[in-house]
Amino acid sequence: MSARKQVATGDRAILPEGAKTIPIFVMGKRYEVPETLTIMKAMEYAGFKFLRGAGCRGGICGACPTVYRGEGDYKLYFGLACQTVVEPNMFLAQIPFYPANRAQYDIETIEPLADAVHALYPEIFRCVACNNCSKACPMKVEVLDYISAIKQGDLARAAKLSFDCIQCGMCAGRCMGELPQYHIAQLVRRLYGKYMQPGAAHLKKRVAEIESGKYDALLAGLQKMSHAELEKIYKEREREPDMVGLGTWMPKDVSHL
Amino acid sequence: MKVSYYPGCTLKTKAKHLEDSALASLTALGVQVGELPRWNCCGAVHSLADDDLIHHVAPVRDLVRAMNEGSERLVTLCSMCYNSLARANLLMRHDEIKRKTINDFMNEENDYHGEVEVEHLITFLRDTVGWDNLRAKIKVPLSGMKIAAYYGCTLVRPKDVAIEPPHGRVMNEFVEALGAEAVDFSANTVCCGSYQVLAHPDVVVDVVGRIIASASDGGADALILSCPLCEYNLVKKQGELLQQQKIARKLPVFYFSQLLAMALGLGPESYRPDRNDAASVEFLRSKNFPVGSASVQP
Amino acid sequence: MAIEISDKTINHEFIEKINQLSGQDIRLCFQCGTCGGACPMSENMQTLPRRIMRMLQFGMAHRIADVETGWECASCHSCTVSCPRGIDVARVMEAVRLLVLRKNINRIEPSRLPDGAVREMPQVALVSGFRKLTS
Repeated sequence: MSARKQVATGDRAILPEGAKTIPIFVMGKRYEVPETLTIMKAMEYAGFKFLRGAGCRGGICGACPTVYRGEGDYKLYFGLACQTVVEPNMFLAQIPFYPANRAQYDIETIEPLADAVHALYPEIFRCVACNNCSKACPMKVEVLDYISAIKQGDLARAAKLSFDCIQCGMCAGRCMGELPQYHIAQLVRRLYGKYMQPGAAHLKKRVAEIESGKYDALLAGLQKMSHAELEKIYKEREREPDMVGLGTWMPKDVSHL
Repeated sequence: MKVSYYPGCTLKTKAKHLEDSALASLTALGVQVGELPRWNCCGAVHSLADDDLIHHVAPVRDLVRAMNEGSERLVTLCSMCYNSLARANLLMRHDEIKRKTINDFMNEENDYHGEVEVEHLITFLRDTVGWDNLRAKIKVPLSGMKIAAYYGCTLVRPKDVAIEPPHGRVMNEFVEALGAEAVDFSANTVCCGSYQVLAHPDVVVDVVGRIIASASDGGADALILSCPLCEYNLVKKQGELLQQQKIARKLPVFYFSQLLAMALGLGPESYRPDRNDAASVEFLRSKNFPVGSASVQP
Repeated sequence: MAIEISDKTINHEFIEKINQLSGQDIRLCFQCGTCGGACPMSENMQTLPRRIMRMLQFGMAHRIADVETGWECASCHSCTVSCPRGIDVARVMEAVRLLVLRKNINRIEPSRLPDGAVREMPQVALVSGFRKLTS
């Protein structure tokens, strides 16, 4: 396989001329793949097709968490297949889904209280602070710290600490107490967003303006314009200059503000 | 000497009256303690199996954090936290092999060898503040109150972490320093049933009944304690005893620090009677202590 | 009921396992019963700790499995501090519990606790209860 020249299509990798290949072990089987590829591209190069375990391919959807280990090293590492570059003799397996407990609740009726979170996820009290969750997080979230904050009743702190979570579930996979950390944190962020975080005052004002019909005439005017007219006003629109100092620029026409 | 304060999870929610009254009192006494900036649950109970090291990791991690802060002492208010932190500390100090295994496992933290001293607030008051100093700062002596000081288990057992030798009097000395009368009662170190409230709640009712009877027979007006699990069991199960007509009235239950704040002349926003049950609030009223906006709970 | 005790019935491996888990030597027990006298839960126990110690000394693994004592223990260490033979009986009770818990068997189910109980109980109750009674 290593000698064959490969031109991939679609999501497959296009190999640079003279690219070197390295051995990796996917679920125990050896494959020769070009170096510099991500795990996801390398697996596709090797012939895998992703039905699950691939999503945004941009490091944010949490669909492709992967456990890997280097040759001769006991230590487990965790990364996203779409972000992590292959290394020689890497042993890996993807864990696209973890069967962690996910509680049912109605966000409209639940109270934003730690007691409510505790009642939905009593297993949170099985945490032993081993910190395997934080070690397993591909996003470097301090999982133990947010679990501690939830146990201590500080939902706002937990919401902030868990903000970078992408729901991949690696924490739960490594948890000694069988906690579904990422689902608990998602509930907490929902409660924080809906009930605790102060609403944006400017947004509230703008929504009220829209609802009161302030922009109706403007929109109706735009709808009546021809393609050429729209193009003309778009090209002639007034733009904020690049790198302008904060609060130093205002458009000439402020009638829509 | 830098002293850090370890609250424990319950003190941030259900036992807020323990924390608020203690911290306000320490401020009134001119003592500075800073809350550990990053801490996790101590695990509440010490693991008793010889081969089970993972359950020591939680308290040791807190001790590492205290060491990292440069603290020589870690003061706790919750008896269970005191017990689990103190026992883990002894293990890390004296068991070389287990210490190495635990330190190796926690490779993301600094190695720990028992550098920090774990202490409960009650002995901190005796040894660092001093009874004489405390007495000098009392503004509202609790004279006429007969107080049963309940230790429970975790302040006095096992022996190697007991805050004082068997039949010690530190809690009674505390009560007396506040100007109240300390009531001796035989059940002062009898377990309240602890976590068995989850599995055998009815047995806990019986055990609590025996403790309350012992304190009441000694003539106590109220009982003080420092453990949120004891507090829950003693208050909650007295309600059931009352329903079953096994007691005529509930014995008021307070955290020791609530009485401290009251005696120091602090207001209800410090001793937080709003977190106590109706019987306890009624007791405060009868002694002419302001109860603020305490709503009467059953 | 007659109980046969002979070299055939004594499970020596079981005795060794309990000693290893607890770090205690259960042979030291001389059956005085002080543990049960000190135990706050004993009034409601079917089988007192002294009898458990005897069953353990005879390696009666199958009988231990049916006894509730370890699950009624509150780990208060009253037995431990009063044992004249210096046995940390609380550790022996922990070993008895772990024989079950380490097989991934829960004694109480956190998911099935009443919603109201979890809301009402202090965190220390849940943490300590789950540590002692779940796998």
